[in-house]
Amino acid sequence: MLHDRDRIFTNIYGIHDTGVKGAQSRGDWDKTADIIKKGREWIVEEMKTSGLRGRGGAGFSTGMKWSFMPKDSGDRPHYLVINADEGEPGTCKDREILRSEPHKLIEGALLASVGIGAHACYIYIRGEFYREAEAVQRAIDEAYDAGLVGKNACKSGYDFDIYVHMGAGAYICGEESALIESIEGKKGQPRLKPPFPANCGLYGCPTTVNNVESIAVVPDILRRGGAWFAGLGRENNAGTKLFCVSGHVENPCTFEEEMGVPMKEMLEKHCGGVIGGWNNLKGVIPGGSSVPVMTKGQCDSALMDYDGLKEHGSSLGTAAVIVMDQSTDIVRAITRLSAFYKHESCGQCTPCREGTGWMWRMMERISVGNATIDEIDLLEDVTRRIEGHTICALGDAAAWPIQGLIKHFRSEMEERILEKAGTQPAADAAE
Amino acid sequence: MPKLTIDGQEIEVDASMTVLQACEQAGAEVPRFCYHERLPLSGNCRMCLVEMERAPKPVASCCMPVGDGMVIHTNTDEVKKMREAVMEFLLINHPLDCPICDQGGECDLQDQAVAYGCGESRYTEEKRAVSNNDYGPLIKGTMTRCIHCTRCVRFSSTIAGTSELGGVFRGEHLEIGTYVGNTITSELSGNMIDLCPVGALTSLPYAFKARPWELKKTESIDVLDGLGSAIRVDSRGGEVLRIIPRLNDDVNEEWLGDKSRFACDGLNRQRLDQPYIKKDGKLQAATWDEAFGAIADKVNGLDGSKIAALAGDLVDVEAMTALKDLLASLGSNNMDCRQEGNAVDPNVRASYIFNSTVAGIEDADALLIVGSNPRIENPVLNARIRKRYLEGGFKVGVVGPAADLTYKHDYFGADATTLNDIASGKHEFAKVLKGAEKPMIIVGAGALMRADGAAILAASKAIADNLGMVKDDWNGFNVLQTSASRVGGLDIGFSPKDGGLDTVGILDACGDGKVEVLYLLGADGMEAAKLSDTFIIYQGHHGDSGAHMADVILPGAAYTEKNATYVNMEGRVQRTSLAVFAPGQAKEDWAIIRALSAALGKTLPYDTLPDVRGRMAEINPVFATTDEITPAEWTDFGMAGDLQLKPLSSHIRNYYMTDPISRASETMAACTAELLGQGGETERTGTDG
Repeated sequence: MLHDRDRIFTNIYGIHDTGVKGAQSRGDWDKTADIIKKGREWIVEEMKTSGLRGRGGAGFSTGMKWSFMPKDSGDRPHYLVINADEGEPGTCKDREILRSEPHKLIEGALLASVGIGAHACYIYIRGEFYREAEAVQRAIDEAYDAGLVGKNACKSGYDFDIYVHMGAGAYICGEESALIESIEGKKGQPRLKPPFPANCGLYGCPTTVNNVESIAVVPDILRRGGAWFAGLGRENNAGTKLFCVSGHVENPCTFEEEMGVPMKEMLEKHCGGVIGGWNNLKGVIPGGSSVPVMTKGQCDSALMDYDGLKEHGSSLGTAAVIVMDQSTDIVRAITRLSAFYKHESCGQCTPCREGTGWMWRMMERISVGNATIDEIDLLEDVTRRIEGHTICALGDAAAWPIQGLIKHFRSEMEERILEKAGTQPAADAAE
Repeated sequence: MPKLTIDGQEIEVDASMTVLQACEQAGAEVPRFCYHERLPLSGNCRMCLVEMERAPKPVASCCMPVGDGMVIHTNTDEVKKMREAVMEFLLINHPLDCPICDQGGECDLQDQAVAYGCGESRYTEEKRAVSNNDYGPLIKGTMTRCIHCTRCVRFSSTIAGTSELGGVFRGEHLEIGTYVGNTITSELSGNMIDLCPVGALTSLPYAFKARPWELKKTESIDVLDGLGSAIRVDSRGGEVLRIIPRLNDDVNEEWLGDKSRFACDGLNRQRLDQPYIKKDGKLQAATWDEAFGAIADKVNGLDGSKIAALAGDLVDVEAMTALKDLLASLGSNNMDCRQEGNAVDPNVRASYIFNSTVAGIEDADALLIVGSNPRIENPVLNARIRKRYLEGGFKVGVVGPAADLTYKHDYFGADATTLNDIASGKHEFAKVLKGAEKPMIIVGAGALMRADGAAILAASKAIADNLGMVKDDWNGFNVLQTSASRVGGLDIGFSPKDGGLDTVGILDACGDGKVEVLYLLGADGMEAAKLSDTFIIYQGHHGDSGAHMADVILPGAAYTEKNATYVNMEGRVQRTSLAVFAPGQAKEDWAIIRALSAALGKTLPYDTLPDVRGRMAEINPVFATTDEITPAEWTDFGMAGDLQLKPLSSHIRNYYMTDPISRASETMAACTAELLGQGGETERTGTDG
C-alpha cells in the first residue's frame, strides 16, 4: 500500500493551486538546474536504475528508450514528443495530469529532453481535451514567464522550447509514429518500423515519444533517486502508477497506487468494492479496452502490475481497470469494443482495415445469437489472422478482447446462439 | 555484404537491399501488391509477409532492410497461411465483377488469388461499395475495386509531383480519391493505370474495347515527342487499341506521357488512305500512277533550284534518306527538316542533341533551363529531373516561361539577355553552375525558333564553355528537341547544303515564285498564303493542314504501321515495328519515294529496307547500330549576336495536341477541353481537330 511520503501526484484531483506557485510549493521546479547540470548520461543512468517502464501501455523501459537516441547525430536536432492523445477506452489518467499537475509534465519534459539531447518538445494533446490543452498552455506560459523553460531554462544554460499540438480526435494518433505523422501535418497513419523514431522520427530527426505519465514522474525520480523508485512495487515492476477504475464499482476513480497491489484489495480500498460485493464480479478488463478480459477466478489473485497480469494472460496496458459485474452482457460489451476498433482503424494495412469490420459484424450477430457455433471458431481464426500481421498494434488490440472473450466466455456465446436457434423454426435457424 | 539464409539457401546480397529483393535474388517468389520498384515503400498490403527467425512477428519483406545472419522462410505453412489470410481480407470487400472488369486477364489480384488464395470464401456479411470517381477523360475510377495499395497516391506525389490523389476517411471506409472530386491533371496520369494492381483505375478511352488475350502485342518506339520512349502497341485486326510503356531504364524507365499513350485513337481518324490530285481547286481521289504522273508532269524539265522539300515532325529517317537522294538527283539542295526554323547547327551534332543523355540527368548537380517548359514539352524527361531533384543537392534555375515544373527552382524571368549575364559570370546562378561538378543546361526548341535563335544558341554555348559544363567525361549542353524526326533528319543531312535554302528561305522563295515545287514530307502547319502559287506535294498519313493545301497527296504510313528508324533527342537510334498495316492504299514512306523516283526517271538505287538502311549508314555511321549513344564532338557552333528583348517562351502551348496524330485524336480533344479549359490556351481553329 502506498505511503503518502512516496506519493508523486500530490494534486492529482486539482484541489490545490495548479499554477506555478502552487506547484513550487509542492516541490516541483526545485533545483531543476542542478539536475540538468548532472548531465545527460547521469539522467539516463538514473532512469535505468529506477526501472520505470513506459506508462502508455507497452511497458518498455523508459531509460532504455532514451539511451537509444544517438549520442551525436550531426546537424539533425533531437525531439521529445509527449503523447497526450489518451484515447484508450477506460483510460483517464493523463487527463488528470494535464489538468491538475501540468508543471510536473513540463519539468519532466525539460529533464527528459536533457536526457535525450533535445531542445524542443511537442506535447500532442487529443482534440477532445480542449480544456486540458488550455491548462497545459497556461502552465507553459507561466513557466516561460518564470524563466523555467525557454532560453537558458532554469538558469541552467540549457535552451528548451515546448509546444502544444492538438490532435483532431483519432484514436490511431496515439500510436507513436501516427502521432509523428499527425504533428507533421499528414494523415495520422502509423509508419513502418524500422526505422524507429529514435533514428528517424519527427521531420526525419531522432525522436523519443513518451507517455504523459512517464514524463510527469521523471522529476520526482531524478530528485529522489532512481533507487527510491525502484524500491517501490515489485522486481521489474517498479514504482507507483496511476490507476483508473471504471465500471461496476461503488466509486469509480483515478488514484495513485504502488505497483503490484492485489486487484481485489485495490478495488476495495479505493473504489468501495464491486457493486453487490466481490462475488457479484463477472470479469475485469485490467488495462484498457485492448487487453483480454479476466474472469473473477483470475481476479481473485491477480497482482496489478506488468508481470502479475501477464501471468493471467492479460496485460497492465494503461492500468485502466474496467470492472463488470454479473449484470453485464459480456458479449455485447466486447461487441461494442469491436465497433470501436472498426471505427478507429486507420485503414492503411489490409488485415486491420478489412478484418476489424468483419469481426465486428460477426460479433454483432453473435451478440444476438444470430449465428452458428462454427462461426465462433471462424471468428477466432480471423482474430489470429489479424494478430501480429499489421503495421501497428491496433490490429492486435482489436483481436485480443475477442480472443479473451472466446477463451473465457465461449459458453455464454454458445448459449445465446442455441437459445436463438431453439426459439425459432428449424429452417430459420439453419440459415 | 550481409549474408542471409533464405529457405535454407545462403546468399550474399548488397547491404542496401530489402528482404524482398534478397528473396527475389535467391529465387524465392514473394507476392506483393503495394510494393513497386520505382515507388517509395509503403508496406501496407501485407502480402509479402515472411517469417524471420528470432523476430517476434512476421516481417513485411518489402520494407525490411537486410541484415547479416537473417534467416528467412518464405515457404512454410505459416507463410502460406498468412498469404491466404491477406488474400481473403482483400477479397472480402472486392467486388466479384471480373467478367466486366477491364483489368481481367492482367490483374494482379486475380493472378495472386489463383496462386496464393485459399480458394473459398468464408465471408458472409455485406460487402462495402464505393461510388465511382470522375478522374477526367483518361482514367476510369471504379473505386469499389480498390485494394488501397496506394501505388497511385505514391506515384502522384513522388514521380509526377502533382500530389493529386490521397486517402480520405478511415478504416474500411478509406477511399482513394482526388481533393473534393477534382480531375487528375498530371501529364503522366496514365501510368497510374499501369501501376494499379486491380481494376480500380483503368483506361477510359480503352474501356470495354478488348481483352488482353485478344491483342497482338508489338514492341515499338513512341514518336509523339522527342524522347523515343519504349512502347508496346496493342492491336486487334487493323486497329491500334492501346499503347503502353515498355521498360527502358536509359530513356523512359517505365513511364509514358499521356499524349503518347492516349493519342492512339487519332491513328484511326482523318487518315489519308489513297492518293489525291487537285483538279479544279478540289482534291479528287486518284490512283498511284495518276498521282505520280501529275508530279512527273510538273517536275520533269524543271530546274533543280526550283524544287524544295520540308520534312515534318513524325518522319522516319528512311523516308528522309530517300527524299534527300531524290532531290539530289533532281539537282536540288533546298531541303530542311527543321520545319519550325530551329537555329541549331546541322553540321555540329553536339549543337542539336541532348548530350548529357536522359539517364545522365541523375548524375548532374545543377541545371539551367532556357526557354523551355519541360513539363509539357516532355513530361517523362521532366519526371527524371524531378527524380534527381528529390535526391537533393540539385539546384535548378529557369530563364524562360514561368511554370509549375513540379520541383523547386529559382526563376530568373524570361528575358533572353539574362543569358549573357550568366555566361559572363555576373549572374547569381553562374556561381551555382560554376561550383557544380556536373552542371547542365537545357535549351528549349522554342528558344531556338526565334529570329535570334542562333544568338541564343551561341549564348547557351558560351554558358556551357565558361561555366565548365563540358569536360572529359561530361557534356552538360542539351537541346530539348520536341519532335521525333528532328535529330534523325539532321543526322542524315536533310538540311540545306552548298547554298541550298533553309525553311525560312524555302517559304520566302515559294512566295516569290523562285521555288515552284514544294515537297512536304509530313510537314504541316505552313502558312498557306505564302504557298498559294506553289505546286505542293504532300506525303503523310493525316488529313491535316499540309494535306489541305496540297496539289498531290501521297498517303503514307504512321509510326505504328512501318518498320522505321527514328533518332531520339539524345542521338539514340531506335526502330519502330509494324503493328498494323497502313489503311487503304497507303504505303511505307520510303517506298513511295522510291516508286516516285522511278516515275521521274531518276530511280533510286535501293529496293529493300536493308538497302535503305545500308545507304543511311553510308551517309552517317551512327545508323549502323541501334540503341547506342555516341558522344558528339564539341566544336564551335552558334552565331554570337544581339539577343532580342522578346520574352523566352515554350513553343508548345497545348501538351495534348502537337502533331497530326494527336490533333486527330478525340481523346486528346477531350483532354484539351476538360483539363486545359476550352480549346487549351489557344483559340480553336479548324485545324486543331
